[in-house]
Amino acid sequence: MNRIKEKLQEDKKLLSLYFTAGYPAIDDTVSILTQLQESGVDMLEIGLPFSDPLADGPTIQESSTAALHNGMTTEKLFSQLDGIRETIHIPLIVMGYFNPMLQYGVEKFCKRCQEIGIDGIIMPDLPLAEYEAEYKEIFEKYGLINVFLITPQTSDARIQQIDAASDGFIYMVSSASTTGAKSGFGNSTEDYFKRIAAMNLNNPQIVGFGISNEETFKAATTHQKGAIIGSAFIKHITKNGANSVASFVETIR
Amino acid sequence: MILENNTSYQADERGYYGDFGGAFIPEMLYPNVEELRSQYVQIMQEPSFQEEFKQLLKDYVGRPTPLYYAKRFSEKYGTKVYLKREDLCHTGAHKVNNTIGQILMAKRLGKNRIIAETGAGQHGVATATVCALMGLECIVYMGAVDIERQAPNVARMKMLGATVRPAMSGSRTLKDATNEAIRDWINNPVDTHYIIGSVVGPHPYPDMVARFQSVISEETKKQLLEKEGKENPDYVVACVGGGSNAAGLYYHYLDEPEVGIIAVEAAGKGVDTGESAATSALGREGIIHGSKTLLMQTDDGQITEPYSISAGLDYPGVGPMHANLFRSGRGEFISVTDADAMTAGLELSKLEGIIPAIETSHALAIFETRKFKKDDIVVINLSGRGDKDLNTFIEYFNL
Repeated sequence: MNRIKEKLQEDKKLLSLYFTAGYPAIDDTVSILTQLQESGVDMLEIGLPFSDPLADGPTIQESSTAALHNGMTTEKLFSQLDGIRETIHIPLIVMGYFNPMLQYGVEKFCKRCQEIGIDGIIMPDLPLAEYEAEYKEIFEKYGLINVFLITPQTSDARIQQIDAASDGFIYMVSSASTTGAKSGFGNSTEDYFKRIAAMNLNNPQIVGFGISNEETFKAATTHQKGAIIGSAFIKHITKNGANSVASFVETIR
Repeated sequence: MILENNTSYQADERGYYGDFGGAFIPEMLYPNVEELRSQYVQIMQEPSFQEEFKQLLKDYVGRPTPLYYAKRFSEKYGTKVYLKREDLCHTGAHKVNNTIGQILMAKRLGKNRIIAETGAGQHGVATATVCALMGLECIVYMGAVDIERQAPNVARMKMLGATVRPAMSGSRTLKDATNEAIRDWINNPVDTHYIIGSVVGPHPYPDMVARFQSVISEETKKQLLEKEGKENPDYVVACVGGGSNAAGLYYHYLDEPEVGIIAVEAAGKGVDTGESAATSALGREGIIHGSKTLLMQTDDGQITEPYSISAGLDYPGVGPMHANLFRSGRGEFISVTDADAMTAGLELSKLEGIIPAIETSHALAIFETRKFKKDDIVVINLSGRGDKDLNTFIEYFNL
């Protein structure tokens, strides 16, 4: 069974962390993955950096620019990840933008992911219609779960459509915004969490965007299965170094 | 304005021009783009919309713009050259045709906040202008580098009441300003309309902007009929950055196979110098700003920074309509260097008393090498005037 699906069956709230591959230094990838697993994180999103990350706020933009400057490429990331399954057992998801995947070759990309032991893909700018028309078969051939996003503005009909197309979890964007930690959630965000929970979707939801600390993690996981932290973690390692992973995770739960 | 897409070189239902186009957008943008996509054709077809659009184009923009027979220029190059005088539009370029259309669209969609991106500042000025006209809030994203290079246009936007926000990310130029505008739209999905300045971006933008700009070829047909007794020239010529002035001039000629389509891109310092913006020569198929098109990128799919002396042509992609014209062979693509464009701009000034924008000068420069028959009728889109480029001309020619 796909590691993501297995993990989703565990009776606990899931903590997932995102980091930009190749940041702060080009060769930090494996070390950060290892520390995250040791700290008890449930799932990992490995960010493949892109020159023009439209859905991201300044923190991930800057880490992506730095990672590209450090020499990170799709092939470089895959070569760093070769053999990773000897030590890392939690689900791994590659998150990035569609153009680098397209240039690498969608099928070749998926094949490499399978060889490495990647479980899922998140490509925010590969929309549902394009995915289903052109790429679904390829993703499935290589056992990759494609994760779709919803936002507070997504209509119920579209959420149902996305739920039907999903086979793992739905990435629930907490607010109408790009990535980057804010100070907390308001009442309307909680209403949104409740509203989606009440829809009784087939796929569990994991909340991302704006989760930065214990308080926001708890708020996001009251009604949903888990939460993803990205920008706040990147800020932490920017300040405290690539070996400071545990001290961040400890503050969350 | 023809509102039916009836040729194979137009966008299909899904916003594809052949292999190019579509809407590669994150889900956060889906409601905004879908709202526009599902309504834009219907809104544009409403009689009240058409009436208001046409009246503003006439009374505010100053349309129809003349189709001028460039006698001395024609004599020099031994062919018949007409200039479609978009430089005489209010604000000095064709850009305002689109911003007038989109501000009326925004009002009908109930939006009260307008955002835009700008490179050299022409689209920013055209957007700030229509926002002033309609009394709507206007925020223009502009690369921090461009803000320094284009101070007069920044001042114009401020006079018109717009807020100019510097894009500090990436290379701090047009592509980054576009990224910032898209991020703003993600953060403000309900009350905001994004006025994209060219035939780029996710569907329906390339088609919608082309329709607003199509007034250029609609007028050209009528005017040529008066002057030459036929609607169709032998060639239509336009410069292409993103490609909105070109889309406007080509629009009603796309399905007229006897009309040759010539697209002129900026070669910068030379196509092979690494400092160029000739997307058809240097680009590969990829995704930029929500559209599948030809774009300049690394082998790894990172979007690269183009170069041209003209700030309006240094976009790393090209509209999907043009990518399809290139791939299908319907369009003839020519690239022109900085030096040849500057010379051509100076030449038109002296021969015809018209100082063109440097963007437009690229289109004028092809006559040195691309030869036409004596009785060929060639229409060039004189897309903008050169006032904004005066400093560049002064420095370049030591005027």
